[in-house]
Formats: sequence, C-alpha cells, structure tokens
Amino acid sequence: MNAVITASGLTKRYKNSLALDGASFQIGAGRIVGLIGPNGAGKTTALKAILGLTTFGGELSVLGLDPRKQRDKLMEEVCFIADVAVLPRWLKVKDAVDFVANVHPRFDRAKCEAFLARTKLQPNQKVKQMSKGMIVQLHLALVMAIDARLLVLDEPTLGLDILYRKQFYQSLLEDYFDENKTILVTTHQVEEIEHILTDLMFIRDGKIVLDTDMEALGERFSEVLVGAELAAAARQLNPLDERQVFGKSIFLFDNVSRPQLEQLGEVRRPSIGDLFVATMKGTYA
Amino acid sequence: MKTFYWLVKREYWENRGGFFRAPLITAIVFLVLNFMAIVLGEVLGRSRGLHFNTASDAMGSSLSNPLGNLDNKDLSQVGAVLDMTLYGFTTFIVCVTAIVVFFYCLGALYDDRRDRSFLFWKSLPISDTNTVLSKVASAAILAPVISVVIGVVGGLILLLMGVIAALFHGINVWQVLLEAHPLRVAFNMVCLIPLYALWALPTIGWLMLCSAWARSKPFLWAIALPLGSAVVVQWFGLMGLFNLPAAWFWTNVPGRLLMSLIPGGWLRDTSSIGNVDKHDISGALDSVGLSFHYSVLGSPNIWIGAAVGAVMIGAAIWFRRWREEA
Repeated sequence: MNAVITASGLTKRYKNSLALDGASFQIGAGRIVGLIGPNGAGKTTALKAILGLTTFGGELSVLGLDPRKQRDKLMEEVCFIADVAVLPRWLKVKDAVDFVANVHPRFDRAKCEAFLARTKLQPNQKVKQMSKGMIVQLHLALVMAIDARLLVLDEPTLGLDILYRKQFYQSLLEDYFDENKTILVTTHQVEEIEHILTDLMFIRDGKIVLDTDMEALGERFSEVLVGAELAAAARQLNPLDERQVFGKSIFLFDNVSRPQLEQLGEVRRPSIGDLFVATMKGTYA
Repeated sequence: MKTFYWLVKREYWENRGGFFRAPLITAIVFLVLNFMAIVLGEVLGRSRGLHFNTASDAMGSSLSNPLGNLDNKDLSQVGAVLDMTLYGFTTFIVCVTAIVVFFYCLGALYDDRRDRSFLFWKSLPISDTNTVLSKVASAAILAPVISVVIGVVGGLILLLMGVIAALFHGINVWQVLLEAHPLRVAFNMVCLIPLYALWALPTIGWLMLCSAWARSKPFLWAIALPLGSAVVVQWFGLMGLFNLPAAWFWTNVPGRLLMSLIPGGWLRDTSSIGNVDKHDISGALDSVGLSFHYSVLGSPNIWIGAAVGAVMIGAAIWFRRWREEA
C-alpha cells in the first residue's frame, strides 16, 4: 500500500490522562477514512499529531515527512479544517481569498471564486456577519481550491443544519476528491458519512480498536434478527451485542460464517452507528 | 518575501482600527479642540471689546506687517518654533500609537489562540518564524510610520490654523510658514523610526513572549512578573550584591521591558548636548538633530536591550510553534 500516513506507537500524555496510548495505523492514498470515537478517546489529539500541532511519542510519517520537524514543508501538501467557525471574525471574504492566493503555492484562485459564486457570500462580507453554515462554506471554498494531497477534517459539520451538512460532504465528493487525494475525517454524525467512507477506524482510550475498509466490514460483521426461540442458540456464538426490538432480538456478530447465521434468522449488514455503539459499550461507565 | 508582505498586510487588516484610526481620530479631536479654542478666543475677544485689528490699524503698518521688523536670524527662530510645534504634535501622535502597540503586542499571539482562529493560519504553509516576525515588524515599523505621517500632516494643519487666525487680524504670516521645514521634520522623524524600533525591542519582545506563552491573562503576567521581581529585588536589597541601587533595577528591567515604546526613551543615554543658548531655539533644535539621537548607539544599554528583545522574540516563536489553544 502506498501509505500517506504511517503511525506506530503514538503516545501523548496530558497532565493526568493518556490521550494516545500506543495507537498504530496506516492510511493509503486515495482513501476517505473516518476516525470515529467517543468524546475524549483521542481523535483530536491524533489529528493534531498528524498536523504537527502537538508533541507526542512514537513514530509518525505523513507524506514521508515528520510533522514535528518538517511542519512548514508538510503544510504545503496538507490542509485541514480544524473545527467549525475558526476563521477570524474580522476577515473579509475577498481578503481571505487574496491572502491565501498569495501565500499558498497550490491555491487555484479561479476555482475558489467559482465555489464562492455558488454561495450567497459577498466579497465585502466579514466573517462576523456570517452564520456558522456560511463560515463553513467560505472555509470549504478556500480549502477545496488548494491542491493538497491530504485533507484533515475535525468535526467539520458540528452545529450545522442538515442542508449545510449534506452540501458539505457532497461538494467534497463531487468537486474535490480524486484518487490522488486522501481525506481523514472525524465526526460524531456517523450516519451521514457512512456512504462516503472507504475505510473506518474506531479509536477508544487512545488505542485503535478497529481498522478496516468498508468492504471487509460487510464481510466481517453481520447483524441477525433472531426470534425468541433461537435466541439461546445465537448467544452460544458469542455475539458482540444484543438488543431487543418488537419481541425479537438483534445480534451483532464478528467473524461468524454467514451460512451459520442464516439458519438463525434474517442477516444484514450492520450500520456503523450500531457497530460503534456495540464496540464502545461501557466507555463512560 | 511575498508571504511576509501579505502577513504584514494581514496585521494591518486586523488592526486598522488601532494602527490607523486611533492616531487619526486623536489628531482630528486635537485639531477640532484647537479650532474651538481659536473661535472661543475670537468670540470672547470681541464681546469684551478687545479689537485687536483696530488697535493694529492705529499703530500703522508695523503690526500688519510684523515680518518687516524681523531680520533673517529672527525669521529662522520663528521657523524653529514652528518646527518644534510639528515635532511636538507628531510625538504626541506617536505616543498614542505607542499605547496601541503595547496592547497589540500583548494580543498578537494570544487572541487568535483564544478564539481558535490560529488553527486557520496554521493550516497554511507559513512558518511560525515569519508569522511572529511579521507581527514584530507591524509593531516596530508599520505602526510608527503611519503615526508619523498622520502626525506631520496634522501638525501642518495646526500651523495653517494659526496662520488663518492671524489673517483674520490682518496679520499676514504666510511668509513665516515658509520658514517651517515640514519635509525636514518628516524626514527626521522617519529616520528616527529605526532607532525607535531598536530601542523598543525589549518591550515588544517581552510583550510578545507573554502573548505567545500565557495560557490566560497575558496582560497580568506581562505586568506582574517585572514589577514583582523589582519589588523582590528592592525588598531584599539584591542589587547591593552588585553595588548598584535598587533604582538601577527599576529603570533597566521593568522600565525597559514595559516602557520602551515611549518615544524618546533613549534620550538619557545620548551624548550630552553641550552648551546650548537658551534663547537660540533654532540652534538648540539643530543640535538635537539625527546625529544627536543616534549617538545613543554608542551606549551599551540600547544594544543589550535589543539583544534581550531578540532572544525573547526567538522564545515567542518557539511558543508559537508548540503552544496549543488558550
């Protein structure tokens, strides 16, 4: 695999907690990877390490560079949206475009202006006069016009309404993503990005607990709707999770052969949300 | 270089209010007050029956053409007074800018960490060194230059007001105005900016260091640390170890760290002026020229201060690289 990010044994300790506890993973080129985890699992710390914004222990190579030592060079090929609404409040739309156009060697001004033309943003509008959704539109227009090899998104749609959220991911897919680009995204709104991901990573307590591509996910995990009479038999197969719906039980299995499961009931592919809940059981307990 | 230009431009966009509007409004307010004072003087003068022009008419041509009585030497004295007015007004405006710059430095590397917008700037390929140096350049060069321009233009308007007021009384002093040297004043003030920047470096460096380092309340840290240390030094008489009075510490540590933005702070360290005739304003003004100001470069104070300032700016760059949001 042509790896864009290779991490092994990432560790980061804050005063009294371990944010990253030996996390290891690899991300290939041309993938859209979702890094999913509960609050405080280390998602943002992992992204900060990748972007060279924090110190950490362990090995990490991003596009062949060490983000701790070669950050300035790295940022020519990496872009990120750290959070919603982090654009400075005094910035005007036209100044933002001017500035990025003049400091970023891989910025395509025409492309950015075309994106902006599709929004209601005015050249003289300041960020403080915009709604949260409009700020994200501006940020996205700036970022999509940069021909970066890696785009990192940390909760990019938090607090946006569903129209903006849908539009955000649709623009990314249609106008930005191609086989030379890699996108790494963290979010809590798992259902909305489920269909655009090629890979999925779960992080819990600073460790990567699941790292798979979406096709393998469908083969490995199955959800079975089992009647009450067969529930005991299903429990014999060590399900990850069990929940009750309308007097029937839904079991979630990891690596159990499909014919075996089909004897128990209707088999289907689990949603990432259900898989997440099952994997993270007991996190806050 | 292009990146650096745009970084300074960004600082101007963000701080137009402080760098441009604050000195401009101060100048306008001062001029308006001055105008009102002139009008008030005229009105009061008339209502009390003081008729200056009739008096001058009675005295004949000597007052309506006061310049007739002045020889060249006197004229140059008048010119020097006008130049002093220009210097004074410009210095006043630069003082206003100094206050603005003080708070600009305190916020420069802190405010964007607090509102998290530094993450946007950090997503662009700009080195932290360039970012910090662009802010130092804005504080040490850009803001003073804008201030000097506003000061000289405002000072000229002030002189013009005086001339017009005199005209109302039939006194033609246009010729006197020609004795002022606004270009020379502007040139001298601009030439003093590098010296000012060098002198201000310890304050700029210290404030930026606090701004980059503090997790909260950079103002408090910036003030409390130097003042606290001076109090401790004085309390325990620590300077006695070096056979120096505590006052030495006060002037050279908290003084230099916090007060070096005040224009002309270097004047204590310049070479002595020599014998100046109190009545020869023009001569006095000439003797406090550029070479007098720049003689401070011969004293170690300015160089040690600048070196310490540079080290603190280096530390600020390091903190800018690694400090996370406040």
